[in-house]
Amino acid sequence: MNHKQKRMLGRILVAAIGMILLQFVKLEDFAQWAAYMIPYLIIGYDILKKAVKGILNRQIFDENFLMAIATVGAILLGDYKESVAVMLFYQIGELFQSYAVGKSRRNISALMDIRPDYANMECNGEIKMVDPQDVPIGSIIIVKPGEKVAIDGIVIEGETTLNTSALTGESLPREVRVNDEIMSGCINLNGLIKVKTTKEFSESTVSKILDLVENASSKKSRSENFISKFARYYTPAVCYSALVLALLPPFAAIILGMDPMWEEWISRALTFLVISCPCALVISIPLTFFAGIGGASKAGVLVKGSNYLETLAQTRYVVFDKTGTMTKGEFALSGIHHAVIPEEELLAYAAYAEANSTHPISKSIQEAYGKVIDGKRIKAVEEISGQGVIAQIDDTKVMAGNGRLMKTHHIPYQECSGIGTSVHIALNNQYAGHLLIADQIKESAKAAIQELKKIGIKKTVMLSGDREHVAKAVGKTLGIDVLYSELLPKDKVEKVEELLASKDAKAKVAFVGDGINDAPVLSRADVGIAMGVLGSDAAIEAADVVLMDDDPLKIAKAIRIAKKCIRIVYENIYFAIGVKVLCLLLGAVGIANMWLAIFADVGVMVIAVLNAIRALSVQRC
Amino acid sequence: MRKTYRIEVDCANCANKMEEAAKRTEGVKDASVNFMTLKMSVEFEDDADVKTVMEQVRKACKIVEDDCEIYLS
Repeated sequence: MNHKQKRMLGRILVAAIGMILLQFVKLEDFAQWAAYMIPYLIIGYDILKKAVKGILNRQIFDENFLMAIATVGAILLGDYKESVAVMLFYQIGELFQSYAVGKSRRNISALMDIRPDYANMECNGEIKMVDPQDVPIGSIIIVKPGEKVAIDGIVIEGETTLNTSALTGESLPREVRVNDEIMSGCINLNGLIKVKTTKEFSESTVSKILDLVENASSKKSRSENFISKFARYYTPAVCYSALVLALLPPFAAIILGMDPMWEEWISRALTFLVISCPCALVISIPLTFFAGIGGASKAGVLVKGSNYLETLAQTRYVVFDKTGTMTKGEFALSGIHHAVIPEEELLAYAAYAEANSTHPISKSIQEAYGKVIDGKRIKAVEEISGQGVIAQIDDTKVMAGNGRLMKTHHIPYQECSGIGTSVHIALNNQYAGHLLIADQIKESAKAAIQELKKIGIKKTVMLSGDREHVAKAVGKTLGIDVLYSELLPKDKVEKVEELLASKDAKAKVAFVGDGINDAPVLSRADVGIAMGVLGSDAAIEAADVVLMDDDPLKIAKAIRIAKKCIRIVYENIYFAIGVKVLCLLLGAVGIANMWLAIFADVGVMVIAVLNAIRALSVQRC
Repeated sequence: MRKTYRIEVDCANCANKMEEAAKRTEGVKDASVNFMTLKMSVEFEDDADVKTVMEQVRKACKIVEDDCEIYLS
């Protein structure tokens, strides 16, 4: 609790005790009035002050005005106890609300507390603690155990495990060693590492994420806009209705020659005013969205505005890009075929032959082999551009390359029927089999599609610039409904536009992509989802939602989080308006008294706020 | 041009009122207040002088909600 809240708590306690004591004292007329005025003013002086100031500034019709009129009216009618109670409970409600909001505000900012305060920069052999903003590209920074990585870079010395959960929501620590790229915002868990920075601080992951989150504020959802509009008309409407309620029936009664019952009608009108306070709605709706965005970022899903949560919840069509989104966008060994010697040996020969090449395909062979290359065994290497390599390993002549290499040396070879690039190997001019290198489908991609089906996505579509047979194979493995291949970037926009035109307006289209060429599609779709790690800056910029760990399973998770959030928003809207309207009706016919009015005001608000905070927990989404 | 300011305000409805007030201020193209992050983001007209406009915004906000603050630096 902050200072302001503590003072309020003090006032509430004093006023409450004062009121309880007054129950045991019998006082008459003026003495009673004066006695009740003490707790009333202690608890309500600021409300009265604000109400007067509001009137002077021509800003009537706010909660302060409602409360002031209701309680002053009650005092004039002689209902001292009720008037103190209304103020008291109103302030308790306000205190609770400010405490709850403050707490969730802190919780959520703690989630986003990924900003590093300093970087240890190596400078002429000395290590200096500097502001991350002052570290130029290409500097060497040292990250000790327990520290945050301040700037994106490449590890040049040491190895360690990193906790990436603040960025990705992934609780499994990540191992890094020399030559691995690391993102700022990760926490170094055990080893000391030296990192060569590849970006400036302002361009680093941390700064980008903080930027996104801070700017998320400017995009409000339809529900939020509805509520602020609602509040603008609602309060004056209720005030006038209260006035009508206080005046019309008595006047009607006078005309009809009956007892006007002024007190009764005015008291009903005052009850009306207390019930009507719109706080429950005004506070709980933005709070729900805020908690939803916070919860999503805890799960590694950055949502750039509450309006996108709304759209995500209505998503019925999901369109994917292939490379980098559903596949890893990196080559890896996917099979060894027609091997005449044990596969392990064939792979070893290939790895030795390609040991000195930096081609991505050679690298993937090295990775698949995974053992240290003994340089002494490589006697000679000749690289034939566009074909492959011929190397002398021990006393074996190894040829590794594409079909052209085999053809030039008149070695009969087996064409590969698989998807990807094949590396044919011949040992001493005898064909020995081939390795198939392919872009790997992400482990969770298939499960991601199934999850989407489970949560009610009508259609999944994959758009790919790749050749038809490759795209088809991937689409089939994943269980994608519709597939378009060999597309240029502008074709992708066209396909999404076709889909946008053909579906009904309420079902939204999400596009998931990562490349620069996906940026136009990301902004064209109802909601654009970008991959945060592999994703190009342009894609992340254009997207509305960013998946921090590139895991396609998170798409379904994001949609579920959004649905939960929106469900809570509607629960709160219906609950709060429902209870209020009911109580207003009861109040108008004289069934609801001041105590029920207090519940309708403060009780509903407390329940709505507690409900809103539920949006923060997303583990089971 | 868009700039973001830290604000202090106690209730969500007051935050909405501040947003309205800021939007009505001359020189402001669009404004948005986020009660949760306690930030006001203001988009200025092209030829507006940010400093004087923000002073006006602050004044306008003080009128609609006495108990608020905008940190201009």
